[in-house]
Amino acid sequence: MDTMSTTPSIATQVGAANMSTAASHNGKVTARDVNVYYGDKHALKSVSVDIPDRSVTSFIGPSGCGKSTFLRCINRMNDTIASCRVTGKIEIDGQDIYDPSLDVVQLRARVGMVFQKPNPFPKSIYENVAYGPRIHGLATSKSELDEIVNASLEKAGLWKEVKDRLQESGTGLSGGQQQRLCIARAVAVGPEVILMDEPCSALDPIATAKVEELIDELRQNFCIIIVTHSMQQAARVSQRTAFFHLGTLVEEGKTTDIFTKPLDKRTQDYITGRTG
Amino acid sequence: MTDISTYAPMTMARKVDVSSSAAKARIRARYRSEALFKSYGIAALVVTGAFLVMLLTNILMNGLPSFWQHSLKLDVPLTASDIDPTGKGDLKEIAAGDFAAVARKALEAQFPGVDGRSELKTLSRLISVGAGDELRQTVLANPKLIGQTVQSRLLLEANSDLYLKGNGGGISARTARGIATPTGTTGTIKILTSANDFSDDFQKSKSLLAARAAVLSTEAARLERANTPDSLVKAKAARDEAAVFKARYAQPAQVEKLDDRMPSTLVEINGGLVKVEQILDTEIEGRVLIPLRSTDDAKAGDWKIVTYVTPESNRKTTDLEIAFLERLKAGGKVENHFNTLFFTAGDSRDPELAGVRGAIVGTVLTLLVTLGLCLPIGVMAAVYLEQFAPKNRLTGLIEVNINNLAAVPSIVFGLLGLAVFLNYFNLPRSAPLVGGLVLALLVLPTIIIASRAALKAVPPSIKEAALGVGASHQQAVFHHVLPLAMPGIMTGTIIGMAHALGETAPLLMIGMVAFIVDVPKGLVDAATVLPVQIYLWSDLPEPAFKAKTAGAIVVLLGVLFLMNGLAIWLRKKFERRW
Repeated sequence: MDTMSTTPSIATQVGAANMSTAASHNGKVTARDVNVYYGDKHALKSVSVDIPDRSVTSFIGPSGCGKSTFLRCINRMNDTIASCRVTGKIEIDGQDIYDPSLDVVQLRARVGMVFQKPNPFPKSIYENVAYGPRIHGLATSKSELDEIVNASLEKAGLWKEVKDRLQESGTGLSGGQQQRLCIARAVAVGPEVILMDEPCSALDPIATAKVEELIDELRQNFCIIIVTHSMQQAARVSQRTAFFHLGTLVEEGKTTDIFTKPLDKRTQDYITGRTG
Repeated sequence: MTDISTYAPMTMARKVDVSSSAAKARIRARYRSEALFKSYGIAALVVTGAFLVMLLTNILMNGLPSFWQHSLKLDVPLTASDIDPTGKGDLKEIAAGDFAAVARKALEAQFPGVDGRSELKTLSRLISVGAGDELRQTVLANPKLIGQTVQSRLLLEANSDLYLKGNGGGISARTARGIATPTGTTGTIKILTSANDFSDDFQKSKSLLAARAAVLSTEAARLERANTPDSLVKAKAARDEAAVFKARYAQPAQVEKLDDRMPSTLVEINGGLVKVEQILDTEIEGRVLIPLRSTDDAKAGDWKIVTYVTPESNRKTTDLEIAFLERLKAGGKVENHFNTLFFTAGDSRDPELAGVRGAIVGTVLTLLVTLGLCLPIGVMAAVYLEQFAPKNRLTGLIEVNINNLAAVPSIVFGLLGLAVFLNYFNLPRSAPLVGGLVLALLVLPTIIIASRAALKAVPPSIKEAALGVGASHQQAVFHHVLPLAMPGIMTGTIIGMAHALGETAPLLMIGMVAFIVDVPKGLVDAATVLPVQIYLWSDLPEPAFKAKTAGAIVVLLGVLFLMNGLAIWLRKKFERRW
C-alpha cells in the first residue's frame, strides 16, 4: 500500500491533476497492458494508464473506441457479459482487482458506478439510497441509516429538493434529479472510485450543469472517472483526459494540454472535429 | 418559372410531387387502403363480439334456470309413528325415521279422492326421493315438533320441476257453453253436454287422422318404390293402417277415440278432472284423473275444456302428473326458490338433489396442489434459466424442451400421471393430490415461459444499477429483478391456473371421472372437478341434467372470470413504471 502515502498529499487541490505523468505508478487506479476481447473482437488493445485520486479523469474518443469498455473493466462490470475476456492488470491502491481471491461484490462497493441513463430503482427515494448501505451492513440502526441517506443526498445536492418526499418513488423525479439520485446512491456505499458512463447524455443543459457542478464538488473526496462524448464537458470538469481511438489509448495527460497542444495527430483531428 | 424548371433537375434531384393527379391518386389509394384495413378490424371485432354474446346468452339461458328450483310448500303433519316409532325421542332413531313417507302423506292429503294404486304412485313420484331431507333437518334440530304439523318445503322431482319451468308445452282452456252432466265421480264416466261443446276437438281429431293417413300413404309409396321383400311387407302394413284411419275420418258422425299421439283433451268439472278417451260433438267418455265432487249438472261457464297441446307421447310428464301439478299450482302450493342445494350438495343420481359443491371443493383442492407446486418450481426454474444458467447447449436443449412441453396434448400428462403417480408411487385414485400433480406438470411449462418473458422484460439497467452499488448477482435478481417481474409472473400463473381449471382429459386418466357423492375433505379423498362434473352430467340421459350441465358451466365460467379478473387486478396493482 505504498500508494497510500501519496494520496493525502494531493488531498484537495486542483493541483492534484497536475501530478503529471511522472507520478504515473502512484495513481489510485493503475492499468497495465489491459486487453479486452468480446469473443473474437479485440476491443481494447494494451491500455496502460494511471488515474490519480481526488481528481476527475475523463475518457474521450469516438463511438466504439473502447472507452466505456475500459471503464467497465475497473469495477468488473464486464464480468456480466459472457463472451468478454480481460487480460493485463488493473490495480486499485496496488491491489489487483482481477485477482481470483478478490470478491467482486466488495470491489463494486469500493468502485461505484453511474450509468448513462438514470436508472433509479422503482422504489422510494429513501430506499434507493439506503439499499447499498443496507446490503453492505454499513448502518447498525435506523437512525444511522437515515444519517447515511441524508448525507448522501446532501453530497449529491439533492437533499433540499427531496427532503420532504423521501418516501415518494424515485422514478417520479425529473431526469436530472434521477441522475443525481443515482449519484447519491453510488456515494452512499462510501466508494473510493466513482465511474460515470456518459452521465449527462440523457439530460438537458441545465440538469447537465448541475451534475457537472456536483462532479466538481465530489472530486474533493473521490477518484472520479467519466466517459463523455462532449469535449466541452471533458474540458469543463476534468483535470486529466485520456483519448481513446480504435481500442487503443492514444494519449493521456492534463486536460489543458490535451486540448491545447495534443501530441498525437489523431487526438488533434478528433478535438478539432476532423474525425469522430 | 421556366428558368427554375430548367435548373430544377440539376439542383434538387427529386422533389416530392404534391399537386399532380398521380399524387392525388396515390393519396386516395393510401386513404382507401387505410380505411379498408380499419374496416377489416372492425368487422372482425363485430363478428367476434356477436359470437361471444351469442355463446354467453345461450349458456346463461340454459344454465340460469338450474339455479332455481320448484318445491311444494305444504302443511306436513309430523306423525310420530313414521318418524319415531319407538317414541323414545332418540335422535339416532329419529334420523332414521321415514320422512319420505311423511312427505308423501302430506302430498296425498292434498288430493282427498285419489286412492287408486297407480294414481298414488304417480303422486308420490312428483316429489323428490330427498323431499323429506329438509324435514329431517328441521325435526333433528327441534325434536319437540314431532306430533305437530309444520309448514315445510318439499323438493319436487326433476321432471315435475322441468314441467313447471315451462318445458311441458302449452295448455289452453276454454269455458264451455252447454250444461254438462257427468255420469259418475270416479272410474270411467261419460259427460253429456247440451251444446256441441266438443265439436272442435272432435273435428280436430278427425283431421289429425286424415293427416296421419296421408303420412302413412306417402311412407307406403316410398317403401313400394324401394321394392324389397321386407319393404313391401312394411308398405302393406302402412296401407292397411291408412285405410283404417280413412274409414274412421270418412264417417264424420262416428265416435272417435283419442290416443297419446294427439293433444290431450280434458274436462274440468265439479272440482274434478276427466281425461277424454272417446269423443263426439256433444258427448265424451273418459277416465277420471281427479275425482269429481258429485254428479250434479254443471252450468254453462262452470266447467271447462282443457287441452294439453303437446301429445302425451312427446313429453316426459303424463297427463295425470300435469293434472296434479296444475292443481297444486292453482292452489298456490308451488314455490319457485333459489336452488341452494345446487351449491351445497355433492353429485347425485337424482337431478334435483345433485349439486356442484363436491366438484368445487375438488377443484379448489386440486388447484391448491397445482399452485403450491407450480409457482415455486416454475418461478425458480425461470429465474435460474433466465438469470443464472450458463448459455450452453445443455440449457439450450432444456429451453427447447420446455417450449415443446407446453404444446404436448394434455391427455399425455394424464397417461404419465397414471403410469408414474398411480402405478409406480401407488398414490390413491381420484384424489385431488394426484390431479394437482398431473395439472402441475401441465401448467409448469406455461408458468416457466411466462415468468421468463416477464424476467426478460425487466430493463437490464435495473440489474446493472444493483450490481453497481455492490449487490451480488443473487441480491440483484431477488431484490430488484424478480419483484419487478412479479406482475407478469402472476398474470402468467393465473392464466396457467385457469388453463388447469378447465382441463378434463388428464383427470379422466387418473380416475377423477368417478361418480362421487361425498364432498371431499382432504387431498387424498376421492373427488372430481368442475369440468369433469360437466362432462359427467352432459353424458346422462335425464333432461334435467342438461340444465344442470349448463348450470355447472355457468359456475365454471364464473370461476374463470373471477380468476382472470384477479389477474388483471394484480397486474394493475403491481405494475410499476421504470
